[in-house]
Amino acid sequence: MPQLIGVPGEVFAGEKRVATVPEVVQKLIGLGFRVAIESGAGAAANFRDEDYRAAGAQIAATAAELWALADVVFKVRAPTSGEIDLMRAGTTLVGFIWPAQNPELLQQLAAKGATVLAMDSVPRISRAQKLDALSSMANIAGYRAVIEAAHHFGRLFTGQITAAGKMPPAKVFVVGAGVAGLAAIGTACGLGAIVRANDTRPEVADQVKSMGGEFVAVDYVEEGAGSGGYARVMSEGFQKAQAAVYAKQASDVDIIITTALIPGRPAPRLISADMVKSMRPGSVIVDMAAEQGGNCELTVPNEVTVAHGVTIIGYTDMPSRLARQSSTLYATNLFRLAEELCKAKDGVVVVDMDDEVIRGTTVVKAGSVTWPPPAPKLAVAPPAPAKAAVAAPKPPAHAAAGAPTSPAITAAIIVLAALAFWFIGANAPAAFLGHFTVFVLACFVGYMVVWNVTPALHTPLMSVTNAISSIIAIGALVQIAPPRGSGLVRPEAWIRWLAVIGIALTTINMFGGFAVTQRMLGMFRK
Amino acid sequence: MSQSLATVAYLGATILFILSLGGLSHPESSRRGNVYGMLGMTIAVAATVFGPHVTAAGLPWIIGAMVVGGSIGVYAARVVKMTQMPELVALMHSLVGLAAMLVGFANYIDPAASAHFAPAEKTIHQVEVYIGILIGAVTFSGSVIAFGKLAGKIGGKPMLLPARHWINLAGLLVVLWFGRDFLHAQSIDAGMTALTVMTVIALLFGIHMVMAIGGADMPVVVSMLNSYSGWAAAATGFMLSNDLLIVTGALVGSSGAILSYIMCRAMNRQFVSVIAGGFGTGGGAAAAGASGEQPAGEVQPISATETAELLREAKSVIIVPGYGMAVAQAQHTVYEITRLLREKGVEVRFGIHPVAGRMPGHMNVLLAEAKVPYDIVLEMDEINADFPATDVAMVIGANDIVNPAAQDDPASPIAGMPVLEVWKARTSIVMKRSMASGYAGVDNPLFYKDNNRMLFGDARKMLEEVLGVLRAG
Repeated sequence: MPQLIGVPGEVFAGEKRVATVPEVVQKLIGLGFRVAIESGAGAAANFRDEDYRAAGAQIAATAAELWALADVVFKVRAPTSGEIDLMRAGTTLVGFIWPAQNPELLQQLAAKGATVLAMDSVPRISRAQKLDALSSMANIAGYRAVIEAAHHFGRLFTGQITAAGKMPPAKVFVVGAGVAGLAAIGTACGLGAIVRANDTRPEVADQVKSMGGEFVAVDYVEEGAGSGGYARVMSEGFQKAQAAVYAKQASDVDIIITTALIPGRPAPRLISADMVKSMRPGSVIVDMAAEQGGNCELTVPNEVTVAHGVTIIGYTDMPSRLARQSSTLYATNLFRLAEELCKAKDGVVVVDMDDEVIRGTTVVKAGSVTWPPPAPKLAVAPPAPAKAAVAAPKPPAHAAAGAPTSPAITAAIIVLAALAFWFIGANAPAAFLGHFTVFVLACFVGYMVVWNVTPALHTPLMSVTNAISSIIAIGALVQIAPPRGSGLVRPEAWIRWLAVIGIALTTINMFGGFAVTQRMLGMFRK
Repeated sequence: MSQSLATVAYLGATILFILSLGGLSHPESSRRGNVYGMLGMTIAVAATVFGPHVTAAGLPWIIGAMVVGGSIGVYAARVVKMTQMPELVALMHSLVGLAAMLVGFANYIDPAASAHFAPAEKTIHQVEVYIGILIGAVTFSGSVIAFGKLAGKIGGKPMLLPARHWINLAGLLVVLWFGRDFLHAQSIDAGMTALTVMTVIALLFGIHMVMAIGGADMPVVVSMLNSYSGWAAAATGFMLSNDLLIVTGALVGSSGAILSYIMCRAMNRQFVSVIAGGFGTGGGAAAAGASGEQPAGEVQPISATETAELLREAKSVIIVPGYGMAVAQAQHTVYEITRLLREKGVEVRFGIHPVAGRMPGHMNVLLAEAKVPYDIVLEMDEINADFPATDVAMVIGANDIVNPAAQDDPASPIAGMPVLEVWKARTSIVMKRSMASGYAGVDNPLFYKDNNRMLFGDARKMLEEVLGVLRAG
């Protein structure tokens, strides 16, 4: 029996978005689900009941009816306690939950035996990008922030020289170059403004440039990337240096758009009242972090206020102000999640906790709270500690290939060596032992010396040792014409010719080896 | 010159040889090291020629032989191309081996050499002669085959006889058997048969051993033969009771042994298995097939122009050269590209795998010949951590040394071999003539990675095109 996905209207005041759109309803049905929509749920986003019906959805007259029908509920905002009361036990709920900020909500949902997937908790890995609703919403919010700023700004964004006089271009400063910040940079550039941006994570400088903005660096060395590609709290020294940069920008620019957020913490206060005062009258600040307390000291959430002649916009519902577009994107994100949840396309949701994406997203599983998930395996921009972790597995591999042998083998070698030495000592004459001592010690000297040779010089090492091994010439030299001794008969001619050939061969080696080594070493230069 | 003076001179030569090897620890001190080596050799030869063991009657012969040998040697050193260094070194090893053989025979047929020995000493002396000739013969024939393989006169593929380990074992037993005969021989003529049979077997063994080793293992073979030539010299030293030969032979022998060990470690292989031979043929292919995981995905080709664009826009570039660069003689073009990029402010460095090329340090010599400064040429361990922060990693004619399967796929024949992690760079470009696999016969998943591009064609021609675009821009 295929499950029924229910989409109720949003009850949060002013929320215009809806969790699915007719286009996506068809795709959900394609996955085998049945879909029901509360009557009028899409009205604020300009989606009519007829459109949903035409796409194959049932229309439920009231919210109560819908909640009673649904096995799976798609929502935008977190459910209110009223909605939770309507929920059937064991329902699967998908929406923005913000588990860190709403621990009681998690408890209530768990008490209902629900399974809850939080779209705000989707892990930031490449595979999950298609269901990253935060990014798709932030993108829209960044665009809308610039439009709101333009709406309250008394001038044009683009610079022009006309018969009626010169219009200077607007200067926009974007704080925080995440998805929203980048979207704002792109939009403002598109309107013709001069855009600058800053972020605590230096690696986004290139992204800022790619959107047409100019990256304003804070001259203070500190790595600002936390896990999952998000920002983190910076040191006091950095904050001071940053404030100086922002104060300078504030006195210069016309519009400031702030998007600085740190996961699970109040938004950092980056724009002080003094900075606002230093701005030219008629300037605009759009504080996109208003919901988390605001990046600007004077922000009033959900309000547009004027302080020191500067308009400060504290809207917290930017995506909702572009309800049709953001609903479509969000609905698509939910559809992608549904695909992940229903790989068999049989209309039944399977929450697979071994799947990294699903595990991260699921905050309540069948009545038990599973938030927070274990740390993500891969950061978007690998922070320094991750590097160490990557490097760590290497040494063992080296060790396996390298020197350390097991104690047993070492012991065996020592015993064998001792036996060999005993055998030689017991049998060999004294003259041989002298040479043997020299030989063994020379092996050790060679061992010590050669380990110090740099790998770059291994070829010259080989050619020079090759030249040195022509010392064997001495063996031939002493044979060619030794002083006559006891009158033994020697096969003179044989020995002489063998020795002469031996000398000729080794001198080839001797001269050739040293000459070619010299030639090679002459090439090594700094 | 008295015996004592000659001994002291030998001691001086020994010290100079040790200093010579020690000098190679750094490029700056290396030239001095080579001069020490020459000085030591001059002293040793002079002390011998004017020492108590050589009479004036030998001088014309000696001078004649040395003039002939010396001119051939200097001429060869002048004309050899740096890409031919492995061949030259192998050839010179064979000369040492041959000389050791000749000296051994000459010593054996000289009744004066062993006349004054007591019976026990005589036995030891006989053993020394036998072993000295054995090592010399193996070094000689092995080096000749290695030379043939490196020069392309003999195919690089390992030749694997059926039951080859048994053949070797049988050879060893025969050598031991005739060794016993040799020790009990009553006259020089009687011992000669045993000695000749042993020499022939040793020569065959040298041929067989090197024939069975694949082209990718050549660095190990070359350094192993280097080691053998040292041991041959040391054995000759024992035979002649000459400490200078013993010390020098031991130095060279241990140097070659260490190089072999380093090369084996760089391939994550046991020395014995390299010598046993046959890597990268039937066994390797079967293992690859058994793992059953053909790398999936599309190979993305790139043009020379696009390569130049990528290089120009990069901030940091790492070039990984392999044997393909040596074959295509592309090192000078590589240097020109490097110079141009460095002028434009691009950080260019080289990453050298220990077994890149056909002998230890081969790539370093080629790059040095092309005037690439040695301080931007780094070893694998020095540079591997830098790949994630690198924009472009360019692989020129290398394959197995950049194969990620060595790390990811435990079933791969090269699993566990340390490799240069080029795939961690933002983009990697592999220059190759075709999609053929490397010497290990293993497919390379690097080629199928999303961030990898393939630049097909002859390395030198392609690089010249890249250089042209860079110059134009």
